[in-house]
Order: sequence, then structure tokens, then C-alpha cells
Amino acid sequence: MAGQTLYDKLWHSHLVEQREDGSALIYIDRQLIHEVTSPQAFEGLRLAGRAPWRRDANLAVPDHNVPTERRERAGGVAAIEDPVSRLQVQTLDENCDEFELVKFDINDVRQGIVHVVGPEQGATLPGMTVVCGDSHTSTHGALGALAHGIGTSEVEHALATQTLIQQKMKNMLVRVDGKLQAGVSAKDVALAIIGKIGTAGGTGYAIEFGGQVVRDMSMEGRMTLCNMSIEAGARMGMVAVDDTTLEYVQGRPYAPQGEMWERAVSAWRNLHSDDDAQFDAVVTLQGEDIKPQVTWGTSPEMVLPVDGVLPDPAEIEDATQKAAVTRALEYMGLEAGSSISAIRPDRVFIGSCTNSRIEDLRAAAEVVRGHRVASSIKQALVVPGSGEVKKQAESEGLDKVFIEAGMEWREPGCSMCLAMNADKLGAGEHCASTSNRNFEGRQGFGGRTHLVSPAMAAAAAVAGHFVDVRNWEGAGQ
Amino acid sequence: MKAFTVHEGIAAPMDRANVDTDLIIPKQFLKSIKRSGFGPNLFDELRYLDEGQPGQDCSGRPLNQDFPLNFPRYQGASILLARENFGCGSSREHAPWALEDYGFRCIIAPSFADIFYNNCFKNGVLPIVLSEEQVEQLFAEMYAQEGYALTVDLQEQKVLTPSGEVMPFQVDAFRRQCLLQGLDDIGLTLQRADAIRAYEEKWRQQSPWLFGAIK
Ligand code: SF4
Repeated sequence: MAGQTLYDKLWHSHLVEQREDGSALIYIDRQLIHEVTSPQAFEGLRLAGRAPWRRDANLAVPDHNVPTERRERAGGVAAIEDPVSRLQVQTLDENCDEFELVKFDINDVRQGIVHVVGPEQGATLPGMTVVCGDSHTSTHGALGALAHGIGTSEVEHALATQTLIQQKMKNMLVRVDGKLQAGVSAKDVALAIIGKIGTAGGTGYAIEFGGQVVRDMSMEGRMTLCNMSIEAGARMGMVAVDDTTLEYVQGRPYAPQGEMWERAVSAWRNLHSDDDAQFDAVVTLQGEDIKPQVTWGTSPEMVLPVDGVLPDPAEIEDATQKAAVTRALEYMGLEAGSSISAIRPDRVFIGSCTNSRIEDLRAAAEVVRGHRVASSIKQALVVPGSGEVKKQAESEGLDKVFIEAGMEWREPGCSMCLAMNADKLGAGEHCASTSNRNFEGRQGFGGRTHLVSPAMAAAAAVAGHFVDVRNWEGAGQ
Repeated sequence: MKAFTVHEGIAAPMDRANVDTDLIIPKQFLKSIKRSGFGPNLFDELRYLDEGQPGQDCSGRPLNQDFPLNFPRYQGASILLARENFGCGSSREHAPWALEDYGFRCIIAPSFADIFYNNCFKNGVLPIVLSEEQVEQLFAEMYAQEGYALTVDLQEQKVLTPSGEVMPFQVDAFRRQCLLQGLDDIGLTLQRADAIRAYEEKWRQQSPWLFGAIK
């Protein structure tokens, strides 16, 4: 019998029952909850008179709607100015109280974007099944966990039964061989993969990321990579457990300790695909070939290397493709055949569950250190992923580097990633953003998003247009 | 949940690939803590010329007359014809809630994003995958004929065109059964509570480090 993939192992160890019709009941170890996709699930429980199956398996934190300005934030939930946002955060508080679930308050140092908080607190661990009513739950797969986003009906289902009804996915290996060039990061790898396989390339698959580049990556980098699995169409992405994983997890507040830690480690050492495991699809990239990436359109697959030139619809045969490129160029206000480096962002956003961890902030700070944001930039926001990240960054003086460069240093939350709070783009404005989605209107009505790495966003902030951060020495100063 | 057996209705187009859930229902409407009332804001940024706000009465807003759902001929449509990778992006169940609230019971496309596909079944909306050629044909026939209506038979797993052509489709047995009977899957799963408890006990013995309480 052929060996098992990491996904196969995680799936089989959580199988409560396999049914004849092909569906399966899967046990859920951890559910993360935030304010946007949970109210209707709690309401469902209430109406049916049901209680959570295992209260201590859940952790809630508000992130999508929270204000990131110190002034507004300091007053807590009651001071949130937008009444609709305030109601949603209050509703989370009330539901957690009523159903007795643990929740981090908005000014708790542990608060932050749910996908930054889970691993940081050790609340998500290798070998777990992790779900959350948010598609970027794939992030937690970086720990060697089976983690994916679910809809609100499933949030309710997981709360009430500690299980989900699932179909097994196919296995895809995305192998990135070799080494990355200096200045090229996990974000560029993620975008290069999406550029290669498309936003539906991973549909129906669980992706495992492997190869030397992934083995050499920090946990922050692996989280960035797994985070964007969903932009490649895959609900889940994962990386095998190795020493990097274990060093990251050890000592985290909810991680096992002492003898329990030793036992866990010996089990976790098995969380990798067997040598003879069969994948249904294999995609390979060469690390040395990956350049810094910039999206130019309205889908993450509309991406080019920084030295690239925008496509010309006249040269595209396929009618659907041609229409999509034409529409994207028009929405983005860009000319066919123009170069990426000619794009001039109006705003810069460094943050989101993709790129708001300490390593991301260090990379951005390194680039802006000693420089000023270009005068053409209306606003450059730096939004740490959690209170803990913020604290760490401040202890390293990164906040000062950003502020001295003319950037704004904010309180943790999703912020301009999806603009549910006050942080948003104006119509027609271009943004160099470290987030994960460049859909029409995502960062504000009529806003134009360009997805990039933290270093690339920082360089664009200083230069006033996209530049190749591989050549960065304060170029243009 | 509303049961779905046989449905006949007018088809309307969403003629572009990779329609994401942000486009189906923009984020400002996600602030609602209710499950209903999203229909007026379905495809908000395409349907209206101004920027929609949550809680706003949409009846007086300026309509985008170039958007097909605003054409008189597609009023009352309940079947949406779409292109590849429909429903990609965020996991928001507000997307099927909005489609359902607007009146769509069925979406036909060559492919769907996984989470969206799954969310549809939980809300009495049937997503049907047909081949590129079949979808192309349906689009062409719909554009050619005003009032173009399809019949969708979930029991028999087929789509029937006005000319009597039959297009069979696949759907997995469990989801089909739930939809046919309008079953609440939490209730169904709780009938297996003993099996869940037995598994949980075994798993706790085997991996106690995963059972550290969140407190
Ligand atoms: S940071 Fe953005 S993508 Fe991540 S959870 Fe928040 S809104 Fe979603």
C-alpha cells in the first residue's frame, strides 16, 4: 500500500465515521470565532435550544470591525463610533458570555487577527483540525494542522456537535525547490504559485507546500504561504512538522508543557507525508526564478514580476480571458502594455493575516529605516496583527522607524484588508497592500489594490511607485 | 431549510468568470447580525450606481441600467447562469443568503469555489456544475429568447431546457438527500452523538495534548 500524505494522516486520525454516500463525519479540535460570521450561528443555537458541545475547544476574538486608531480604540467596545460595527462586536461579547466561551477583549494584549492570534497563543497546534468562519483559516496549516474556512451554518454545526460533515479532498503537492533570492519573501512565493496555477488551480485539493524553500522558511513565512492557499482555490494548505515548527510552538501559552510536551513532540514528528505517498497533482517552482511579485488586476492570479509589463487584451484569444483582462484594466485605470514600475500607489497598507507578523514588520522597517514616505503618498498604514506583535515591534523600536518615515502606527485588527472599519481606500485610489485579495471594492468602494510583500510595499511607499526591492539601497534618495 | 425537489424558473446571466463573494455581497453588509434581508444588496456594486450602506432603503437608489439583473426581461429570475469559479474568495455565507433572499434557488456554472458550493446546500440553493459547452449553450439560448426558463429536477438530477433537451448533472448523495428533504444537518449529526462521544474519548486518550482547555 502506498504511503500516506500529511493530509491523509490528519484526515484519518479525525474520522468519526465514513459514510457509504461518500461523506464523512470529522472531529474538530479547535474552533476560532470572530464577530462577523458568528452572530447567526449563535442565534441558530439559541433558537434550537442547543449548547456548545465542548466549550473549551473554542476561542473568540473580535478583529474585522475593530477601530485601529488609538484614540477610538482606547474607549473599548462602547467607544466604537460606527454603530453597526459596535453592535457586531457587542453581540460577540454577549454571545460568548451567554454560551460561556473564552474571548479576548478588544484591548487585551492577546487580541488581534484571529489567524495571527491562534498560533501565537498556542491555541492552534500541530495535528489539530482547526476551523473558523473565515476562509484564511488555511493559515494554521503552517503548523501541520488540518485547517480550513467554513460558512456560518458550519460554525453552528461545529459548535453544536464538535464535528463537520466533509468530503475528502484530493492531494496536491506544491514543491518550491532551491533557494530564494535576497529580497524575495514567502508572499512572492505565494503570488508566484497563484500566477502559475490560477485562482481555481487548487479547487478540490488540499495543498501541501514542500521543497527546500519551504523547509528553509520561518513559521511566519509558512503562515503567509498557507494563508493564501485559498487564493489558489484550495480550502487548506499545510506544511510538514519539523524543528522550525516545534521551536515555534514550544512555550506558547496554550501549548502542552513538560511531559505532555515530550509526548506531543513524539507524535508530531510523524506529521509529514510518507516518502512513497502519492499526490494527485504536483506543481513545482524553482526558488531562484521567483522575482518580487505585484498584482495589477482584480484577481490574485493577475500578477506579474516587478519588472513585468501589463497584458494587452488584443493579444488574448480566449473570449472569457480577454473580457476579464479588459475589465480589470479598466477598473484599475491602467494601460495595456505599461510597466508595473509605472504604477503609483496613493496609499500603502502593511498588515492583514497574510503579512502582519513580527517578521513582516521587521522586513518593512528595514526598507524604510532612515527614509521618508514619498510626498505623493496620502497615507501609509502599519497595522500589527496582534497586541503581542505590536508589543514586540515596539520593544525593537520598529514603531519609531515607521513613524519617523511618516507612516501611521496603529492598533491591531483586520483594518484596510477588507475595510469594514474606518480604514479604507477612496474611489480610484491605488494601494500597495500586503493583504491577500485585490477584488473590486475590497479595500473600499472603487479602490484599486496591488498585492505585494511587506518589503515591496515599504519600498513603494518611499519611492512613490513600485520598485524592485532586490535593488534596494535607498534607491532614488 | 427549504426543501428543493423540482424547480422551474426564469434564467438570468452573471456573465463573467471568477465572480467573488465580495462582488456577490460587499463587506459593509456583513455587519448585519441577521440571516435575512440581504437580497436588495446582492451584487450591490454592479446593481446600483452609488455606494450602498447597510440598513439603507434601496428602493430609491440609482440603478445601473447596464446590469442584466436590472433588465425588465430578467425580473423574477430564480436561476442564475454563471461562469467558471463562481463564488471564489471569502467564506461568507452571506453570499448564498443574499442569492436566496433575492430569489435564486439554483446556480448553474462550469465550476464553483469549494466553500461557496458547500454553503449553498446549507441554504436551500442548488449549485449545478455543467460542462463549459453546456453552459455556453444555455447562455446563448437565454440571450436569444426572452423569458427563457429552465426546469431543474433534483430527484432525477437533470436540467430541462425549453426545447426539451435534458442535461444530467452530478451531486453527491448526502447533500442531495438533505436538500430534497430540507433536513437540518445538525439534528442529523446529533443522532450520531454516541459515535462522536466514543471517538472523542479514544482521541483524548491518544492525543491528550490537543485537549488543553481554552480558558
Ligand atoms: S486580515 Fe483580512 S483576510 Fe485576514 S481575516 Fe482579516 S479580513 Fe480576513
